Amino acid sequence: MLYNEPHPLEVRVLTRRFGLPNSQSIDTYLATDGYVGFRKALEMPPERIIEEVKISNLRGRGGAGFPAGLKWSFVPRESPKPKYVVVNADEGEPGTCKDRVLMENDPHQLLEGMLIAARAVGAETGYIYIRGEYRYIIEILDRAIEEAYARGYLGRNILGTGMNFDVYTHTGAGSYECGEESALLESLEGKRGQPRIRPPFPAVSGAFGCPTVLNNVETFCAVPAILRDGGAAFAALGTPRNGGTRLFALSGHVNRPGVYELPMGFNLLRMIEEVGGGIRGGRKLKAVIPGGTSCPILKAEECDVAMDFDSVAKAGSMLGSGGVIVMDETTDMVKVAVRVMRFYQHESCGWCVPCREGTIWLRKILERLDAGRGQPSDIDLVAEISRNMLGRTFCPLGDAAAMPTISYVQKFREEFEARLPKKVAVETPLVVV
Amino acid sequence: MEELVKLTIDGKQVEVPAGTLVINAAKAAGIEIPAFCYYDGLALQAACRMCLVEVKKAPKLLTACTLVAQPGMVVHTETPAVVEARKAMLEFLLTNHPLDCPVCDKGGECELQDMVFRYGAGESRFLEQKVHTEEKQFSPLVYFDAPRCILCYRCVRICDEGLGVKALGVVHRGVYTEIGPNRGDHLECDECGMCIDICPVGALTSGRYRYKTRPWEMQHVGTICAHCSNGCKTTLGVRNDAIIRANNRDRSGLNGEFLCVKGRFGFDFVEHPERLRTPLVREGGELRPVNWMQAVALVARRFEEIRARGGRIGVIGSNRTTNEENYCLQKFARQVLGTNHIDHHRTGDVVALVDALAGRTGALATTGDLYRTRAALVIAADLAQQQPFLAFQLRANWRHHGLRLYAVTPGPVREEQYAVRSVRCRPGEELAAVEGLAAELKGEPELVILFGDAVKGELVHRLVAFGDSLGIPVKYVCLVDYANSRGAADMGLLPDLLPGYRPVAEAGLERGMALPEILAAPDLDALWVVGANPLKDAPLASTAAFVVVQDLFLTETARRADVVLPAASAYEKTGTFTNVCGEIQQLRKAIDFPGAKTDLEIFGLLARAMRAEIGPANPEKVFEEIRATVPGYNVALPVLAAGGAAPSSPQNGRVPVEWRPELIRSARDTLFRSGTLGRYSQALNSVTEAPGELYRG
Repeated sequence: MLYNEPHPLEVRVLTRRFGLPNSQSIDTYLATDGYVGFRKALEMPPERIIEEVKISNLRGRGGAGFPAGLKWSFVPRESPKPKYVVVNADEGEPGTCKDRVLMENDPHQLLEGMLIAARAVGAETGYIYIRGEYRYIIEILDRAIEEAYARGYLGRNILGTGMNFDVYTHTGAGSYECGEESALLESLEGKRGQPRIRPPFPAVSGAFGCPTVLNNVETFCAVPAILRDGGAAFAALGTPRNGGTRLFALSGHVNRPGVYELPMGFNLLRMIEEVGGGIRGGRKLKAVIPGGTSCPILKAEECDVAMDFDSVAKAGSMLGSGGVIVMDETTDMVKVAVRVMRFYQHESCGWCVPCREGTIWLRKILERLDAGRGQPSDIDLVAEISRNMLGRTFCPLGDAAAMPTISYVQKFREEFEARLPKKVAVETPLVVV
Repeated sequence: MEELVKLTIDGKQVEVPAGTLVINAAKAAGIEIPAFCYYDGLALQAACRMCLVEVKKAPKLLTACTLVAQPGMVVHTETPAVVEARKAMLEFLLTNHPLDCPVCDKGGECELQDMVFRYGAGESRFLEQKVHTEEKQFSPLVYFDAPRCILCYRCVRICDEGLGVKALGVVHRGVYTEIGPNRGDHLECDECGMCIDICPVGALTSGRYRYKTRPWEMQHVGTICAHCSNGCKTTLGVRNDAIIRANNRDRSGLNGEFLCVKGRFGFDFVEHPERLRTPLVREGGELRPVNWMQAVALVARRFEEIRARGGRIGVIGSNRTTNEENYCLQKFARQVLGTNHIDHHRTGDVVALVDALAGRTGALATTGDLYRTRAALVIAADLAQQQPFLAFQLRANWRHHGLRLYAVTPGPVREEQYAVRSVRCRPGEELAAVEGLAAELKGEPELVILFGDAVKGELVHRLVAFGDSLGIPVKYVCLVDYANSRGAADMGLLPDLLPGYRPVAEAGLERGMALPEILAAPDLDALWVVGANPLKDAPLASTAAFVVVQDLFLTETARRADVVLPAASAYEKTGTFTNVCGEIQQLRKAIDFPGAKTDLEIFGLLARAMRAEIGPANPEKVFEEIRATVPGYNVALPVLAAGGAAPSSPQNGRVPVEWRPELIRSARDTLFRSGTLGRYSQALNSVTEAPGELYRG
């Protein structure tokens, strides 16, 4: 089922089957160019597949925006070790719910993307690491995997080509940290979900110490279209160096929240006004978190920005995972900061010092400020603690907690100051003669 | 020739082997990069973020503990950005730290204190409530105070990687993350206490030491452990003539940081209430306290009397007394008492090995060889239980250099966790199983063979012949039980051998009675037992024999004695021990025990009372004599004086004695048992309930 009506401004590549009757079934999939990209890939030498993905300018949709083709090219094909394809379906970034609809509505698209990646790097096993909360989606995926086996798209000797590929779903246990690729691999291997020292990167030493292609759901889902229609066609949909379309999870104070597939580089204000139907209740826009809560907030006047990785970075934030959170003028920024920090404090894995101790400290100060028990020095302290975490943590979770916090304090300092307790006149002490 | 890499650290040109981590490259150049979680020889963590350094062209600070030195790399370790980062990390660490330094065991020797003193801020900006959890007891010996923990994961790594026990793990998440036992709420482990010593702060504390003293109030005496044959250096913390703790935090000695439960906690037998404090003499069937003069005079008179009438005197020496004492004892027996009925409890057939290796040098492996050898073969021994340091050394070799280990054992052993080949055999069929491995072993570049008491007598010769047949360099370790078992054999506490494995015929003597024969002789006139408890296992046939026992406790043997002389323990004397690998190390006296005398002093007193001349009862003087007269013991004194281990090299020639394999019998102590001493150690007794089988494999 769909959560929102499609919008005419959308460019539907990955979501083209959304809304079709039985869009989850392999029959619908095959009737709508399903597995065409994979069949093409079977005819191509592996290097050509990777080349095509490179041409598409597809950048990782999990948040970091690393070019997918480049990532695949790091996998040493000649390595005697088995290779793995791992899907990061641990969609945990607050404000993001795009992988969910992709898997829910078109699971075979994901499987086809995995098959193409497997073909490109010579993998025979694939894992879909999916967050435990998406239990019903695991059932959808498992059904799709069963269908694919039945029709010869998975298993031994796929389509008579001699290619072998098995796919398994694997549940996470509810940790945000396990969306970080190396922590995901640890968790997949049955260990405590905490990140690994890198290098080596997963392409060289990933699942079970073997070369691994690890991408986000949306990244894999873009691959069938790239192979089917050509990398150049996909690239042309977006802006330079930012190929294709992207699923934006538009939420917050808009009239029509939902997941919309828009070309890379789509203007943020236009997204809010036209796609999202404007701010709820005709209020004024105050700020936007453009890519999930890890991204620094943009004030209303900063929101005239093209939504691609480079432009948003230039504007001082990140495109992240595409979770656009819109806030109107009634939003209390101190409460936003508290809520976001509560999340990161709860999710900090505890491995490294600055993230483990920094997030709880920040949370406590912010909660105190919010409760009206702050001190004037607290506001600068919040910024300084965040800066002390920034760039010094073991994995990006610490940065994800620090960066937005710095932006809240810098951009909405007056709201924090307004929360400080009013000065109370000190009574003259009673002098006992 | 290994490849070298040139880089610049703080303006200094540094040249290090390729693959060196920047933190170690800096150390080589005399630059300290602070770190908590980095620990030499354990897996990398990069968790504490203390070692962040600035590297030219890197966009952000990098952890020196995971950064491999690259040619031309330019590293700065003291820039404002680095200094500020360190300060920030320490501030973070202290936010939820209880700062209970005034009552913390680690106060004064705490790495967190040191780091804050050197790099930290002078004031606190933390106004919030700290996260607090209650202290937990993991075992009788290990306590854990989570708030003090800085989560460097050293304890988890040493337990898993170092010992192969995996008793400790990580529980909960984020700021609530804690170290915890992997099985339930308590430790089922070796109780080695490595986790306590390796802890940089006061989070893991010792059940025996906690809240007893401040570190600076103790004197630290580096000596050799009194228990098993591995010869670990242990540093005793002494205050007011009491041993408060033992550890080896300075990683000196052949064992580095390693100590097992005995070395770290098993020292408390010295203060057991049943420790003998005065000589005892049997009067009217009862042992009654007398003074030393009376006791010595009585023994001297009886010995003289029995000697004068040509009576048979049996002498049983110890696996725990020093080389000097063993040397003097056999000298006393042979020269003063004129008896050659002298023996000790033999726990491994060292004699047969020395004989089998006649004509070659360097065929006895040292503890260092165990860490470096490319391949090792363990025969019929449970190293983790009986030779804990050797087990640690082999495991470290496997972790660091990929040792290929072969194990041939009757039962499961922990080495099987990583052995390339493990073979189960029925007791008595060990060698046949070993010979089945010939083809595989021939492919190894070198081999160290460690064998237990199942290989003895002729079998030792068969084993050495097998080693020769492999066509590769082979070294041997004959496993023995106790702190100076090896020294007892080297010093000639044997009825057929003089010190240095020289036949008694050289001294014009006949072969004497061995231990069981002494006990079984119905016409024995006197039995002199020094630091041994032979009557625990066998009765004394001669009911009329005059029995003298020197011991710490009233053992089964001492209870039969006519005179009991209270002896000093290894921690109360100086001298030397020779460990299982033939390495000589020096004991340093930690405390005085009132009432007791060292066995050497006792020999001196007896000699004087008998107007006999055995030389000065001074360990240094006796060792001089040993160096001059015992083949293989002419070692460099400065090595010993500096706390080092000097390898001995026993006589290089055939040892023409009759093989007596039936005399070789290991006591098969476990990690938690240690003969008489173990029985009187409260610490060891407190953990003997720990199920020793559980953590294997």
